[in-house]
Amino acid sequence: MENIDIIIIGGGPSGLAAAKAAISEGANSIVVVERDNSLGGILQQCIHPGFGLSYFKKELTGPEYYGKFTEQLKGEPIKFLLNSMVLNISDDNKVSIVSSEHGFLELKAKSIVLAMGCRERTRSNIRIPGSRPSGIYTAGTAQRLVNRQNLMVGKNVVILGSGDIGMIMARRMTLEGANVVAVVELMDYLAGLNRNKVQCLDDFNIPLYLSHTVTKVIGKDRVEGVYVAKVDKNKVPIKGTEKLYTCDTLLLSVGLIPEIELINNINLEVSKITKGPVVNQYMQTSKNNVFACGNVVHVNDLVDNVSIESEIAGKNAAKYALGKLEDPAKELKVTTGENVRYVCPQKINLDNNNNEEDIKLFFRVLLPMSNVTLRVSVENKIIFEKKALHVGPGEMEFVTIKEKDLKDVTSPIIIEVI
Amino acid sequence: MIEKIICTICPIGCEIEVVGDKKNKSVSSLNGYKCNRGKEYSINEFIAPVRTITTTIKISNWKEPLIPVRTDKGVLKDKQMDCMEEINKVEVKPPIKRGDILIENILGLNVNVIATGEAL
Repeated sequence: MENIDIIIIGGGPSGLAAAKAAISEGANSIVVVERDNSLGGILQQCIHPGFGLSYFKKELTGPEYYGKFTEQLKGEPIKFLLNSMVLNISDDNKVSIVSSEHGFLELKAKSIVLAMGCRERTRSNIRIPGSRPSGIYTAGTAQRLVNRQNLMVGKNVVILGSGDIGMIMARRMTLEGANVVAVVELMDYLAGLNRNKVQCLDDFNIPLYLSHTVTKVIGKDRVEGVYVAKVDKNKVPIKGTEKLYTCDTLLLSVGLIPEIELINNINLEVSKITKGPVVNQYMQTSKNNVFACGNVVHVNDLVDNVSIESEIAGKNAAKYALGKLEDPAKELKVTTGENVRYVCPQKINLDNNNNEEDIKLFFRVLLPMSNVTLRVSVENKIIFEKKALHVGPGEMEFVTIKEKDLKDVTSPIIIEVI
Repeated sequence: MIEKIICTICPIGCEIEVVGDKKNKSVSSLNGYKCNRGKEYSINEFIAPVRTITTTIKISNWKEPLIPVRTDKGVLKDKQMDCMEEINKVEVKPPIKRGDILIENILGLNVNVIATGEAL
């Protein structure tokens, strides 16, 4: 494997879309490194529908969605290394890989795309007190065991977290014969989509408790029950409100974090809020030859957005490899204003002023709000504005700006929801 | 009869109050919808709510024990568990392409169960 243009780390939806776009841009040789035994990443276990509505204009299940990408990549100059795990990226761009088939490999490419996705927060991350019996799973691990490995994880289940994975697992466990005792949510609003509450909880009469949390796990060898308490407005459990729910399984759907340990040795600039690398509109990190996309940059709620963003990364990684992307000289910062938690990309590279392409800025709000204006301004001038009937932290929003509006600008771009 | 339906068409999640007769499949009044798609959704959801079932089927002689499947049309909401029981009785073998019908006309509902994954 000599003269590799691009190494893509991760063969999930992000890596596949990056590979597809890199091929279209003219990359001659691509290596995709995937630690699982097959491509598709998390979509392999996301057997439910709801994917592809914006990207393919059609509602697909997870396996159907990634299947459309793997089919298009057949016959292209891409080497897929399965069952292969990247251990390190060195400062001089060497990628170290261990693989059951190939042993230890050290590969070098002109550009690297980080597409490692994210991982689930665990019981340790949220520090639930109590004993440490078996029967406590993250929702995604349970989903893999049930949907791919044919292993049922329990009979009576409490789910902590009303994110989409939590609610989808409530339905899945019910369809497979388990009894879902309750879904418990710390916040006073639903974390996931309304549609999932209706179709995954209400359809099966599964109770949802907002402003509640699990305060203690009991059980010696196996979970025997969990205590659930109401929380006050500071999210502190209220004394005397604890109730024991008898169950043998606790599923946790309590957030996702970008999986970026691999970049420890290459000193990329990382966002304190998203916990992923800081990127510009080309999905280029603070190291010019390293691009990043998908959930490793910021956790998305729709794979459709991941595909769009990853195509940008793949395209520009190819341009870089082929010597067609100039190094950024002048970069503008994109900063958050009123009711915006974070924005991605965080920087705009103003080198290619001939670039007429629209720049999409993805962002999340801090709190749910109705009848708002999404506004982008720079140096006290509004460069984009649109109205929205409803915004919420669980749904990513975007605004589109044009590079020509940023000519001669030196101060940061501000994005706000008012 | 009166039913409150939460619209799932978009993230606003309007609460729509439907008054009508389920047996005669008629709706006499609708309140709380903000768009035509919401109107249509709430009528369908009142008269005959349907869901796409997604699950897995056992597969032998393949590197994985399961293959993902879905129904090719919506199944009446209260028939979901009956369908699951039927689907769980089936075991398949490769080769299977995406879209292949694995169970034809399940429970006589005029709905097929099709593969969403591949085993080739």
